[in-house]
Amino acid sequence: MYGDHSGTPEQVWSHDAYADDGDADFLALIQADGRVEPRDAMPNAYRASLVRQIAQHAHSEIIGMQPEGNWISRAPSLKRKAILMAKVQDEAGHGLYLYAAAETLGVDRSELLDKLHTGRHKYSSIFNYPTLTWADMGAIGWLVDGAAIVNQVPITRCSYGPYARAMVRICKEESFHQRQGFEILHTLSNGSPAQHAMAQDAVDRWWWPSLMMFGPPDDASPNSERSMRWGIKRFSNDELRQRFVDMTVPQAQALGLTLPDPELAYDDTTGHWRTGAIDFTELFEVIAGNGPCNAARMAHRRGAHERGQWVRDAAAAYADKHRSATATGAVA
Amino acid sequence: MTEAGASAREWPLWEVFVRARRGLSHGHVGSLHAPDAAMALRNARDLYTRRQEGVSIWVVPAEAISASSPDEKDAFFDPAADKVYRHPTFYSVPDGVEHL
Ligand SMILES: [Fe+2]
Ligand SMILES: [Fe+2]
Repeated sequence: MYGDHSGTPEQVWSHDAYADDGDADFLALIQADGRVEPRDAMPNAYRASLVRQIAQHAHSEIIGMQPEGNWISRAPSLKRKAILMAKVQDEAGHGLYLYAAAETLGVDRSELLDKLHTGRHKYSSIFNYPTLTWADMGAIGWLVDGAAIVNQVPITRCSYGPYARAMVRICKEESFHQRQGFEILHTLSNGSPAQHAMAQDAVDRWWWPSLMMFGPPDDASPNSERSMRWGIKRFSNDELRQRFVDMTVPQAQALGLTLPDPELAYDDTTGHWRTGAIDFTELFEVIAGNGPCNAARMAHRRGAHERGQWVRDAAAAYADKHRSATATGAVA
Repeated sequence: MTEAGASAREWPLWEVFVRARRGLSHGHVGSLHAPDAAMALRNARDLYTRRQEGVSIWVVPAEAISASSPDEKDAFFDPAADKVYRHPTFYSVPDGVEHL
């Protein structure tokens, strides 16, 4: 069919082909670290696994607008407000790049949104925590966007071309997100004792959830191995988590804030920071829908979609009217 | 929630091409949905040039693009494969000859 958008939706959700590992051409391309492009033949399981991952990533970007959108009207200055609006707008853009990348695999955006709205698709659990104070805007930018960057940079080399290209664009934009968060915390940390305490409280609440953004430990991560073999994933959950910890600990020191882990210690022999044990039961509870904000996030998302229906209908009606006017030779 | 009727009326897909600066040609940057060309241009501006990444935008209905088929890529591009004489490196030039 046309350009990049010619996938075969009916194949995407069929399960009988899951055993299929790809034909010789596909495997040779992957082994040579080449890029798969939309109209290439690919195993159904590769396609399905990319659709799931890209859609979940897209959903996370747009749901991720909510915890920060919550503070736009209460940002402490016009400058901070403009910055926060730009960041939230970027996250909307990230969602759109990713939905577009998913669509090159033969699914419709409306279908993916429908799956989000009916709870059949997940989004990142980090967005199910509340944003209680202004300092949370700092902690989210610094820790949550920081962890997202560590997760996303390797995806710029993902074997699927459109996903990798979307990620290049996203990663360029993310670095501003992380820096503005760091700056918010730095300002608060060096402000009044109450401001410093607010910054510390936010870091106390966001540190562990941000470590869980890398997913379950490697020995409990069943899909990782195949994703690695297919070049969708380049590093394991634990490797990426360690990279994040090593980057972040010195930054916390520069902020004059402590990370809420009494066991955190530098390991001289490996050159890595070691954290205490991560309580993954909390992560699984949040994934299961029992996080503090799961219901509110979904209700808000569904409501926004429903309230926007008349705008989508009106724009479509206007375009239809215009098209038929042009077709009959009328001048608008 | 999306009713059957609403999703059937999903806005068409547009491919977006951006000229990064004067002197360069337009390059493909991605795609988006919009009800018509005017909205596609506005959406493309908001989506792909939030940081002055472009000085000009084209939007093209995705269904207007005809593409070569990946299945026949070998056969399709074969005619160029055995014509090394189209490259200057094919030719030997005596030592000392310059500007050639
Ligand atoms: Fe993002
Ligand atoms: Fe971000």
